[in-house]
Amino acid sequence: MATENEGTPRTSADVCGMGHSMKRKEDPRFIRGQGNYIDDIVLPGMLYMDIVRSPFAHAKIVKIDTSRALKVPGVLAVITGETLAGFKLHWMPTLMSDTQMVLPTEKVMYQAQEVAAVIATDRYAAADGVEAVDVEYDPLPVIVDPYKALEPGAQVLRTDKPGKKDNHIWHWEAGDRAATDQAFKDAAVKVKEHIYIPRIHVASIETCGCIASFDKAQGKLTVYMTTQAPHAIRTVFALVAGHVGLSEEKIRIVSPDIGGGFGGKVPVYPGYVIATAASVVLGKPVKWIEDRMENLQADSFARDYHMDTELCADKDGNITALRIKTVADHGYTDAAANPSKFPAGMFSICTGAYKLKQAFTEMDAAYTNKPPGGVAYRCSFRVTEAAHAIERIVDVLAHEMKIDPAELRMKNFIGANEFPYKSLLGWEYDSGNYAGALQKAMDMIGYADLRKEQAEKRARGELMGIGICSFVEIVGAGPSKQFDILGIKMFDSAEIRVHPTGKAIARFGTKSQGQGHETTYAQIVAEELGIPASQIQVEEGDTDTAPYGLGTYASRSTPTAGAAAVMAARKIRDKARKIAAYLLEVAEEDLEWEVGKFVVKGAPQKSKTIQECAFAAYTNHPQGMEAGLEATHYYDPPNLTFPFGSYICVVDIDRGTGQVKIRRFVAIDDCGNIINPMIVKGQVHGGLAMGMAPALLEEITYDENGNNQAGSFMDYLVPTAMETPNWETGHTVTPSPHHPIGAKGVGESATVGAPPAIANAVVDALAHLGVRHIDIPITPEKVWNILRDKGVAE
Amino acid sequence: MIPASFEYHAPTSLPEAIGLLGKLGQAGEEAKILSGGQSLLPLLKLRFARPGHLIDINRIPGLDYLKEEGGVLRMGALVREAALETSPIVRAKYQILIDTAAVIADPLVRNQATVCGNLAHGDPANDHPATMLAIGADVVATGPKGARTIPVKQFFTAVFTTALEANEVLTEIRIPAPPPGSGGAYVKLERKVGDFATAGAAAFLVIGGGVIEAAGIGLTNLGPTPIKATDAEQFLKGKKPDAATFAEAAKRAAAATAPNPDRRGSVEYKQNMARVLTQRALARAAQRAAGGP
Amino acid sequence: MSTHKISVTVNGTRLEAQVESRLLLVHLIREVFRLTGTHIGCDTTHCGACTVLLDGAPTKSCTVLAVQADGRNVKTVEGLEQDGKLHAIQDGFMQEHGLQCGFCTPGMMMTSCALLEHNKNPSEAEIRGAISGNLCRCTGYVNIVKAVQHAAAKLR
Repeated sequence: MATENEGTPRTSADVCGMGHSMKRKEDPRFIRGQGNYIDDIVLPGMLYMDIVRSPFAHAKIVKIDTSRALKVPGVLAVITGETLAGFKLHWMPTLMSDTQMVLPTEKVMYQAQEVAAVIATDRYAAADGVEAVDVEYDPLPVIVDPYKALEPGAQVLRTDKPGKKDNHIWHWEAGDRAATDQAFKDAAVKVKEHIYIPRIHVASIETCGCIASFDKAQGKLTVYMTTQAPHAIRTVFALVAGHVGLSEEKIRIVSPDIGGGFGGKVPVYPGYVIATAASVVLGKPVKWIEDRMENLQADSFARDYHMDTELCADKDGNITALRIKTVADHGYTDAAANPSKFPAGMFSICTGAYKLKQAFTEMDAAYTNKPPGGVAYRCSFRVTEAAHAIERIVDVLAHEMKIDPAELRMKNFIGANEFPYKSLLGWEYDSGNYAGALQKAMDMIGYADLRKEQAEKRARGELMGIGICSFVEIVGAGPSKQFDILGIKMFDSAEIRVHPTGKAIARFGTKSQGQGHETTYAQIVAEELGIPASQIQVEEGDTDTAPYGLGTYASRSTPTAGAAAVMAARKIRDKARKIAAYLLEVAEEDLEWEVGKFVVKGAPQKSKTIQECAFAAYTNHPQGMEAGLEATHYYDPPNLTFPFGSYICVVDIDRGTGQVKIRRFVAIDDCGNIINPMIVKGQVHGGLAMGMAPALLEEITYDENGNNQAGSFMDYLVPTAMETPNWETGHTVTPSPHHPIGAKGVGESATVGAPPAIANAVVDALAHLGVRHIDIPITPEKVWNILRDKGVAE
Repeated sequence: MIPASFEYHAPTSLPEAIGLLGKLGQAGEEAKILSGGQSLLPLLKLRFARPGHLIDINRIPGLDYLKEEGGVLRMGALVREAALETSPIVRAKYQILIDTAAVIADPLVRNQATVCGNLAHGDPANDHPATMLAIGADVVATGPKGARTIPVKQFFTAVFTTALEANEVLTEIRIPAPPPGSGGAYVKLERKVGDFATAGAAAFLVIGGGVIEAAGIGLTNLGPTPIKATDAEQFLKGKKPDAATFAEAAKRAAAATAPNPDRRGSVEYKQNMARVLTQRALARAAQRAAGGP
Repeated sequence: MSTHKISVTVNGTRLEAQVESRLLLVHLIREVFRLTGTHIGCDTTHCGACTVLLDGAPTKSCTVLAVQADGRNVKTVEGLEQDGKLHAIQDGFMQEHGLQCGFCTPGMMMTSCALLEHNKNPSEAEIRGAISGNLCRCTGYVNIVKAVQHAAAKLR
């Protein structure tokens, strides 16, 4: 059981363990422009690949004529579906056990789908080659509406699946349907809203890419890849391409520095597979780097959930039941990167921070003519969607019942003394203090004064809103009895080796894309062993050296690999204790551990530092003991962890233009014990910006022909420093009782909590006019239309 | 991301540049002038434009002048947007130009983008056209036969089309120095910094004896060309510069627009924004005419 | 198509290359001169990851041709550190956690150090305005503002 780490860190600034805002060890290379990102890597003889993409959302491929392209100077080859079909590589499995085209042989199913690949001596020639590939298409009717896709008699999209007669992928449900229906029948107050969260895209500043390099002489494939999960990729490659002779011990995936992942760099994109095939066929390294428009139009999207959300309560505002029915638009195949038994991710966290009597949620997933994906953009496996639904509907209830939204929440929160808490939909929340976080947020923002100000402004016709979101996150996938991806259990790992001179190297199965693992993991190990964090080298991402892990996404690294680091370090400490006892000629029980050294009880002058033990492990270890000082741990988490928080947003609305200005945003987060406060704050800042963006700006839409309407940064609106307000942050600390250092994970909390807070603020500004819900993104035009309808537009 | 191939020329004099334009034109070759390149190069990179030749005028000396003489502010072809923003004379007397430059793209683009290019490109979504229409600027087009002056209100003829001949270069913008009692403002509604306008309104007022003596209103991205709201301008003449007047003028300005519905807004939204922004621009212009900020 | 012989002074050193007319400046820097600290993040001149100083002015190098840089001065992130001493802006970013994945960082720093050349004490609003052409997905911008303020204080 870990205790709270508020206040001063236990270790000195020199050792720099938990709680220190250690400056990052990865920064020295980045600030010098010496990061090693995928497009920085050049291999001898390297060729360049560029992809021909379909302008149609649904079309038969009549003919692909590569003759013009092959005449372009510098073009060496054009790969089509037919080429890959020869190797049975034209289709591959998805992470949800569906199937996905690498390159099509019959038809394309979304605009910008990969149709052919040009390999050339340089990227300019490859671009010219792409333009010179002539493809003849026969357009087919397009389905972009998932409801239409699910209508009986709808055109069947997946004609590749024998016997498939509809566009329904799966049905999922959780909770007690009958009891929930009864609760709604009996309820005094009911509210219902159709809540749509549209498609969005992570748009990390670095796009995706790889360099596939097949060494014929060694029979070894090395792929440098923008991937958040290198080991999983290696195993997938071995399973998918085993039949062409690629064997797992001869596959090396290297994830170098990654310029932002956010879930968008988890899937296996067709480009990676095509580049690999090209390298095998041509015997040279093949580099593929997608450009931004390809990234936005073809790579894994996020969200696209249509949620019919209902809440009911008694006449005093005690919430009784929640019911959500969702249609999930998955694009043309289910390629969401969920744990296999959770097609809807962790959506069943939708009961949130509240004590309900009943809850039921069901979901139907549909195929449409859009790119595949779904689980990306810091959604924590669909927690963004779940939190948006519950936090919006709670506010709807508050406005309907004319109860203050903070008061309604406080009234219905799970109490701080009720943990571990078994939720109605099957989760055991480890710890929480929802009222504490909300109260802190309210105090920090001056809630009561803001409500006074709002009343005064309303009387003058000015529109100001206050929005609250109290979210519960669910991270750290996950315990082996429930969680796997394509059958691989979701443990994670740490391998630590201490050198004779007392320095250490630690390798992990996760992969940072900016979260600062080189620093935070070193701090965890420093805390356990007393070796200064600056002397602990952290590595991730090379499957030839790193222990097997499932990668970094869904805020899982600290809960899983962080815990593995603790357990491995403690194994090392146990061995060091034996060595110290031997060196000091005492029994192990006579020794006490103080950070960095073993001290004989009652004889403080008799001690051995961890460094001395390390040296002895190689030079003077007890007979019968193996030399060396290292340990590996594969951590199987006993449960997920449940970070939480309360955010409060204040907005002012321009009655002339409908523009929403965020005046203030206070975020109180609780991620349990904090490893590095500076890094945690940074994660929250970044997550808030990535929560504000979908709330106000970002949206991918398709016209009825399946044309992507936001396929570049011209129309996919990523906020700049001008749209982004100054984030005010604070924290509470409620450790996880089951995590070895009481830490929970924090990377996605803010993307979960920010959109509902902002949406709630805008609706709150208009609630007195009878407005109850606005779908995100809340654009100025949407607001202005409401103002016009209500007769209050300037 | 990668342009199609083209030939690149870097003449060192204006006659050489114009000569090239003429020669290539006669040979049936498409040639484009490269000044700031911040509108042209993005088109080339997407292969939406594939001119066989680029004529870079950045090596021609003496084109970056920005000076006030004889009651006229004159700026040459290579005056960058950033130069407007930092020019003491523009900051002191031509605030409407500061307003406009400050909302074009972003500060990095403005370091290279030229004011003349912003007009010559002919894009109704560019911001300077509306401002130049409001303040009654002239442009100078230089061709093989010499220079001719074109009032800006005759310059924008159709979508992406200006009065420039194929063998002419836009070499100067001329703006009459603002008379006493005048003020101008440009207001742009954009979804985020760097976007084209959802709507933009430029207003210029000359106020004397308590009434509006002259008015200019230009509108951005609300039709196939930048719009001069002549009906609203006529209405304003002789009226008191008060909120009710501006509201009526703004209505008339909005009625002169023919916006395309798109992701920035419906026709109704854009026309209402034309109205709201015109009203705000007029109020600001009046404030400046009275010596305010 | 003709190629052109160009000579560009990059971080104080004169470098030569024979280039196609259409070669973008960012590709000249990254692919020909192998200075890979300048990054590419988009294809529509929006993200600013490619920002360098062209004759001292922060410029999106993806929207300038290499041939346009002939005879001119280019400064990239690699030119910030001088004689083993970090530029104040680099130190500011590290001290204030102004970077996470590091991909936008070179561009951010080039824009910021140009700002500090002209404005010794920029306000928060001025900093946000100056970097409004540089997108960041990781940091939410708060610490970037702090990093620039840190550097400004150091330089004063």
